[in-house]
Parts: sequence; structure tokens; C-alpha cells
Amino acid sequence: MIISVASGKGGTGKTTIATNLACSYEGSVQFLDCDVEEPNAHLFIRPDIHDVETIRTPVPEVDMEKCTLCGKCSEICQFNAIAVLGETVLPFPELCHSCGGCMAVCPEKAITETGRELGIIERGSRKGMAFIHGKLRIGEAMAPPLIRKVRENIRPDVLTIIDAPPGTSCPVIASMKGADFVLLVTEPTPFGLYDLKLALGAVKLLGIPCGLVINRSDIGDDHVRAYAEAEKVPVLMEITFARKIAEAYSRGEMPVETDDHWKAMFRELYSRIAAIVQTPIEKTG
Amino acid sequence: MKIAISSRGKDLDSPIDPRFGRAPYLIIVDTDSLEFEAVDNGANMNAFKGAGIQAAAAVSKKGAKALLTGHCGPKAFQALEAAQIKVANDVSGTVRDAVAAYNEGNVSFSDNPNTDAHW
Ligand code: SF4
Ligand code: SF4
Repeated sequence: MIISVASGKGGTGKTTIATNLACSYEGSVQFLDCDVEEPNAHLFIRPDIHDVETIRTPVPEVDMEKCTLCGKCSEICQFNAIAVLGETVLPFPELCHSCGGCMAVCPEKAITETGRELGIIERGSRKGMAFIHGKLRIGEAMAPPLIRKVRENIRPDVLTIIDAPPGTSCPVIASMKGADFVLLVTEPTPFGLYDLKLALGAVKLLGIPCGLVINRSDIGDDHVRAYAEAEKVPVLMEITFARKIAEAYSRGEMPVETDDHWKAMFRELYSRIAAIVQTPIEKTG
Repeated sequence: MKIAISSRGKDLDSPIDPRFGRAPYLIIVDTDSLEFEAVDNGANMNAFKGAGIQAAAAVSKKGAKALLTGHCGPKAFQALEAAQIKVANDVSGTVRDAVAAYNEGNVSFSDNPNTDAHW
């Protein structure tokens, strides 16, 4: 089973929820941090990294000796990533989606592929839990291909928890697509509600069952709860940020490993998710 | 010589559109005869990314040697540079004004893009 943990905005405690959910699970589990622009789950999980891989994506390179400036490459490119400019053909690697179209249509075989570094993937483990994350190269804009590479590590036989990037853009979709369940983490504040609406819209488009965790449920108002009820999104857990949690982190421990109450809460959360995933899907909206 | 000007409309009396990549028209003017052609840039206006690159390619295709516009982002600038087209930013008024200013030597060409990559 794949559970993606997402939130409409940053700072909602999404990573706390994702990491504790993974660590409280009794069985084989792997944790994928897909927030490749700012991965931070490793700060909580503190895995031993034993493998680093550089991920590249192919981008075109033009041999001007062979090129006749026919323009076919730029015509086929959907992303304006290659252009005929005077006497030269200029690829724009930052815009290129590596579809290979330009190379395929070039009648002079003037285009070859060269690699642009997207970032790295690191694999490790902690107490039997597999840990994988991606780190986007500074200045690189193309997160989804790296996220897909991180996701290629998913093993179907174990529970997979994905920490999705905050927001609702392409990288988030790339992190939620194909999941069995999306757990949305939000705060009961007007900002939280606004972002939740956007995130929920994306989840519904993908047709994935979802549930809500309300974090810092001791602040804010009841609008998020009312909205969840109206949208028939179950609220699976409500938490407040206890001092004990902060202390556990400062000692480099996961709260669920030191606090039985927390552990019980997260295992209950998992059971609820499992129960929803196992019941036949009723499409709502 | 031919120059290109980003424009809101199709003729010489149209106001300059400051956004190069997303201007509705690119007017290609012969600076001697004032003969001109309006290139429809409409498809680019809605391009998600790379509008400036396409606009630069269009300008280059028409054989213009200079571009007068308001703002030009880094990718468009890079593209124009590759096509050996000079760029003058911060040009305003009508297309006709711009051509006159150019003919009088009153436009300054820039070595740098003047907007960030948000087009
Ligand atoms: S590989 Fe695809 S996206 Fe990249 S430049 Fe070629 S056609 Fe465009
Ligand atoms: S398709 Fe090939 S030959 Fe034609 S312009 Fe592009 S690189 Fe040059």
C-alpha cells in the first residue's frame, strides 16, 4: 500500500506526521521523501545513507556542422525548449522535458543527447525501515522527473509512506499519483482551509481516497472541520504539538519510539487508513 | 535595415507592448522606407513557458537586426543574442515613435536582460 502525505502549504507538520506514521508501523515499511526541493524527513528519521546516485535527464545537443536550420526540431517541441535563431539552433535545457521529439524528427541526425544533472537520490535505512529521498540540484526547476526516479524505488510488497512536497503544483501531483491513499495535513486556520481546498481539489481529480489530519488542533477555528464534513472527508486524527515531541526530536528520537501514547495514536491512524483503503471505493464528487 | 518592435496593435500608430514574449504583435519595420509587417504573436501570448524564445525565433526569421521593447527576460535575451539581434529595453510610446527614436540614434542597446525569468 502507498500512502502519500501532503499538505496545501508548508509548515503544517506534514513531515512530522509522515515520519511518525512510518516509524510506528509494525512491519516492513519504506519511507520516500519526494519533497526534492527541500527534503527534510532525514532530519527526523536520521537514516544511515548507504547509496548515492546521480540522476540525469537527457537534453538535446545540436551539431551545427550537420544542421541545415530546417526548424523541424523547434516545430515539434511542445515546450519551446529548442529554437532556430539566425545561423544557430539553441536548446534551452531548463525548459526541456526530455521527450526526445527533436532528436526523432531531425532529418540530418544533427541532434544527440547529453545529460543534464537533475539531482541525486540517496538510499539508506533506519532500524529496518528503508529510506529514500531525492535532492534537486540547486537552480534546477524540473522536480517531477526526479520525483519519478525516487518513486521507482517503491516496492509493492511493503507499506510505502511518501512525504509529498507542499503545494498543489506538478511536483505534488507527481508525488500523489498512483497512491492508494492521500493523507492531507492541515491547520484549523483560514490559511490552512484555503490551501486544503486546493489540495483536496487535486486529490479529487486524481480520484484517490483521502483523509485529514488536523494539526495544532488547539488553535484556530472550526471552519476546517465544517469543510471536511461538507466534503465528506474523514478527519482521521487531531493533534496538538506537545512539548514532549519537541524534546524527543531534540534528542534525535522519533516521538513514536519514546512515547506510547503517540505510538498508539499513529497506529490507530494507520488502521483507519487501512480500513478506508480496503473498503470498496465510493466515489464522492 | 529591419527592426522589430513589440506592439499592442497591427500598425505603426499602435502603442508599444512592453512585454516582448507576450505582446500580441511584433511589428517588423524597414527603418528607411517605413514599410512594415505585423507578425501575429498571439500563440505565444498564452504559452506556458518559453514565449520569449519563440518570439525571438520569429524576429530572427523575419531578418530583423534589432528589437525595441519594454522588458526582455533572460531566456529571450539569450535567444536574441544567439541570433545576433540587438535589444533595446525601456522603449515606450508608439511604434512610429520608436522607429523615429531609433533613426535618430536615441535608443540605447542593452547588454543585459531586464526582467527575471517569470514570463
Ligand atoms: S527533447 Fe523534447 S522537450 Fe526537449 S527540446 Fe527536444 S522536443 Fe523539446
Ligand atoms: S531538425 Fe535538425 S537540421 Fe533541422 S534545425 Fe533542428 S537540428 Fe537543425
